[in-house]
Amino acid sequence: MVDTSTAYAPRDVRDEQPFLVVDDLHVHFPTDDGLVKSVDGLSFALRRGEILGIVGESGSGKSVTAQAILGLHKGSKAQVTGRILLDDQDLVPLSENDMRAVRGDEVSMIFQDPLSSLHPFYSIGNQISEAYLVHHKVSKKEAKQRTIAMLQKVGIPNAAGRYDDYPHQFSGGMRQRAMIAMALICEPKLLIADEPTTALDVTVQAQILELIKELRDELNSAVIIITHDLGVVAETCDQVVVMYGGQCVEKGAVDELFDQPEMPYTWGLLGSMPRMDRVRQERLTPIPGSPPSLINVPKGCVFNPRCRFSDRVEGDRCFTEHPDLLPTHGTKEGITRHEVRCHIAPEERQQILLTEIRPSL
Amino acid sequence: MTTTAPQPAASGTARTAEPLLEVQGVEKYFPGRSVGLLGQKGNPVKAVDGVSFSLAQGETLGLVGESGCGKSTTGRAISKLIEPTGGTVRFEGQDVTKFSGRQMRPLRRQMQMIFQDPYSSLNPRHTIGTIVGSPFRIQGEKPSGGVKRTVQGLMERVGLNPEHYNRYPHEFSGGQRQRIGIARALALQPKLIVCDEPVSALDVSVQAQVVNLLEDLQNEFGLAYVFIAHDLSVVRHISDRVAVMYLGKIMEITDRDTLYEAPMHPYTHALLSAVPIPDPAVEARREKILLTGDLPSPSSPPSGCVFHTRCPKYKNELSDSEREHCRTVEPVLEEKRPGQSVYCHFPQVRADLIDGEPGPIRTTGPKAA
Amino acid sequence: MIRFIVSRLVGMVLVLIVVSLITFLIFQAVPLLAKSSPVYYYIGKAPATPELLKSLTHRFGFDQPLPVQYWSYLAGFFGKNITDGTSAAVACPFPCFGYSFRRNELVSTLIGQAVPVTISLAVGAALLWLVGGLLVGTLSGLKPGSFIDRAGMTGALAAVSLPIFFTGPVALLLFVYTLGWLPDNDGYVSIFTDPVGWFTSLLLPWLCLALLFAALYARLTRSNVLETMNEDYIRTARAKGLDRRTIVVKHGLRAALTPIVTIFGIDIGGLIGTTIITESVFNLRGLGALSIQSIRDMDLPVMLGVTVVAAFALVLANFIVDLLYAVIDPRVTV
Repeated sequence: MVDTSTAYAPRDVRDEQPFLVVDDLHVHFPTDDGLVKSVDGLSFALRRGEILGIVGESGSGKSVTAQAILGLHKGSKAQVTGRILLDDQDLVPLSENDMRAVRGDEVSMIFQDPLSSLHPFYSIGNQISEAYLVHHKVSKKEAKQRTIAMLQKVGIPNAAGRYDDYPHQFSGGMRQRAMIAMALICEPKLLIADEPTTALDVTVQAQILELIKELRDELNSAVIIITHDLGVVAETCDQVVVMYGGQCVEKGAVDELFDQPEMPYTWGLLGSMPRMDRVRQERLTPIPGSPPSLINVPKGCVFNPRCRFSDRVEGDRCFTEHPDLLPTHGTKEGITRHEVRCHIAPEERQQILLTEIRPSL
Repeated sequence: MTTTAPQPAASGTARTAEPLLEVQGVEKYFPGRSVGLLGQKGNPVKAVDGVSFSLAQGETLGLVGESGCGKSTTGRAISKLIEPTGGTVRFEGQDVTKFSGRQMRPLRRQMQMIFQDPYSSLNPRHTIGTIVGSPFRIQGEKPSGGVKRTVQGLMERVGLNPEHYNRYPHEFSGGQRQRIGIARALALQPKLIVCDEPVSALDVSVQAQVVNLLEDLQNEFGLAYVFIAHDLSVVRHISDRVAVMYLGKIMEITDRDTLYEAPMHPYTHALLSAVPIPDPAVEARREKILLTGDLPSPSSPPSGCVFHTRCPKYKNELSDSEREHCRTVEPVLEEKRPGQSVYCHFPQVRADLIDGEPGPIRTTGPKAA
Repeated sequence: MIRFIVSRLVGMVLVLIVVSLITFLIFQAVPLLAKSSPVYYYIGKAPATPELLKSLTHRFGFDQPLPVQYWSYLAGFFGKNITDGTSAAVACPFPCFGYSFRRNELVSTLIGQAVPVTISLAVGAALLWLVGGLLVGTLSGLKPGSFIDRAGMTGALAAVSLPIFFTGPVALLLFVYTLGWLPDNDGYVSIFTDPVGWFTSLLLPWLCLALLFAALYARLTRSNVLETMNEDYIRTARAKGLDRRTIVVKHGLRAALTPIVTIFGIDIGGLIGTTIITESVFNLRGLGALSIQSIRDMDLPVMLGVTVVAAFALVLANFIVDLLYAVIDPRVTV
């Protein structure tokens, strides 16, 4: 395990410059049926040492965002526009060749299913040292030593003895540890974890999330965790972006957003989840309907076909006018902003939250 | 250590004289991989090793545990999709353990199953009408009003558009496919449905729709569920009683509120503490009990208590002589407190695992922050 | 590993015993059931007199119970003295398939003459189609929808639809008789006596046989490559920052081409008995031609021999494939 004696002292990160800035990112895929707008105007910023959660359901564009940051759409038909500033360098116009130097070195990624994400024919050790060798001019022996040290660090017992094991000889939790070792071997400044624990059991999930937090503390990296589980966000993240239909519908500091959620979609997510820490509610309150088509995105607010509260907005603005992502009523100066994309008046939203949403959660 | 746990709430379930389903010491051993030239068999894989519980009419039993704990195999063994290698399964008092496929057929109307992956369990070449109506064909039954009308009624009941009778599974979303599976299971008006991870593959908002549907159907038809899942939050929501499984055995079984508010088994403690709760304030004060090591192989389970190799209590709290006891003597699942059976030599109530505060759990929504 | 090899060898022997039993039953027992005598098929004609039939029946052992006959058939394989129909006994060393009364030759001698022809044909063609098929398939699979892909797949479709009895004569007509680029060999030239002649005489048969298989392999490779390049571990390889060549060659092709090993092994093994058309078009006297001839002649001992040799080739190829697989894919436990 990671040495916890060098515990992370929470720093005041407010004054620091963001390390990653995603600005008006669009990722569109041309298909025979039309243009799929997987990500449509996404912006967020992240400082080093911070963990950002991107939450959303399948098709919300969260994984596509992650792959866009890593430039994995380069060379495909996808159209990526906007800016992805990593330490002030824009990654969007970079060629595949230039991007390769960034991948795995400055930015690395952990994927959802460690078994299918590891090559079945090469040993764990081989695959991890390969990630080191591609960015460092060292001998294979040095890479192997470093790999073994890294495997030890992520908590794999008898790391030297397991260097030559193949992925199928590892358990699910151990495989994800190996993936993390691979992602961290070059000490990236940004780590993106795409549903890192979805395929794992809860007790293993707890171990892996703990490990990610510890390594963040040690390397002072920025971390993005992509998940559908609001519990994982509450447990690990500092910032959160809620995505729906390829857009950010609400974002802010985790404490703030969970305390004062303001977007009807976020309410819907919270109301849909049974919670272990409370006595059974009579019924869950699911979001009616199903996720939007990313080809024929609803006019106006992307959530309007499923929103229970569009009658609280005068006229038909919800159906005609695309709402902006605006700071909420309670956002104080200087604090990380809490922003919501909703036409309902801020006072009205507070009222709905207090009288209609809270009691039913 | 003193326990400050609340008294367990009395089980809210009215027990009828005869349980609908009674499972006694059910075992499923899979033959081991053959070793040697002459095909000598290795140790059998003890997927399910002596599981007992009973289920009343209209009751829901949650079966939780991590992958490889044998919960799905248990589900298959009691619905006789696979043959148990030991123990008895009684359905409405009748011992069905040794029933052949032919003998099981009339019972199949009473006992249905819903699976995790709604896509792979639906034949892609059949229309929804054919799929939902298949139980009638297999049982050779002509429902009054005709198959088509009955099927359309079922489709309507589970929230599908009856006009989609002639569509194929790929034209539906994951949630709708799960509704199709439910409609098929409901067709013959069963008394028991074994649900194997029915909502695990679904998005949160859709998951809530399906959970609500399952509850409504239970109220309407008096169904009993065996609800197999790894999501402890969903299980808490839907179950009357919950059994926690580890390495083919039940570690703890009791009514829902006791399990979540006053669990006694160290494994239950670790499980509950590991589930993240969507509330940063709660998360900040909760203790996480991290298990170390990997799940042992079910073909060579540890001696004594099968959990001792990973048990935090064994590691941190017990004396040498107590540890010796854990290693050598296997505990039995027995009632440690009224209505709460635990497989542990040194059980202990913990009430602080869920919201980080000891004492009774709050009964209303989240506190005002 | 040793245990794996031994168990596979035991399996091979078992398969061969089953094959021999089935061929024995078909070739020897069926005439009995048809109230005829295997002697007819054995010597390829009706015996002149009933007395001769009776004496031959006794001499070949056809009057003994079936299990005894089968045992002597099996045991005879390892060498014995057999009759050539006259009073003299002929030594028949291992592997003994009996004596062809139609050709007055040991079956093993006939097969021995045919095997080099077939092996030359099969190995040369296999190398050609493997290189061609994998190359076209890989290039197509890496750039689906590109010009190479469309041209390659159109060509493959055409090649699959052209049978050898069409391409063979056309090729002969064009390259040998019209253009005169290749000599007009009559049949097989041994590699040991005339390597150049061996090559030129086999070039057209190789090409024609390989064309068909290359087309199949190109299509198979293409779909494997396409599928593999969409695997999660390829995405991981890209996320590591590897260059395209390493991703394609080390991570992609190794996984994509592994299943081809199986198909290739089975095709090579099965080829021994299936080059019949190529052999007859190009007048090569290999195993295919031998089996056809023996069927025409009702030459039972030769038919039996060829069947067992073909089965052996197939089983051997499978064995090698299994071994290779255990080396290539670490998930296959040995």
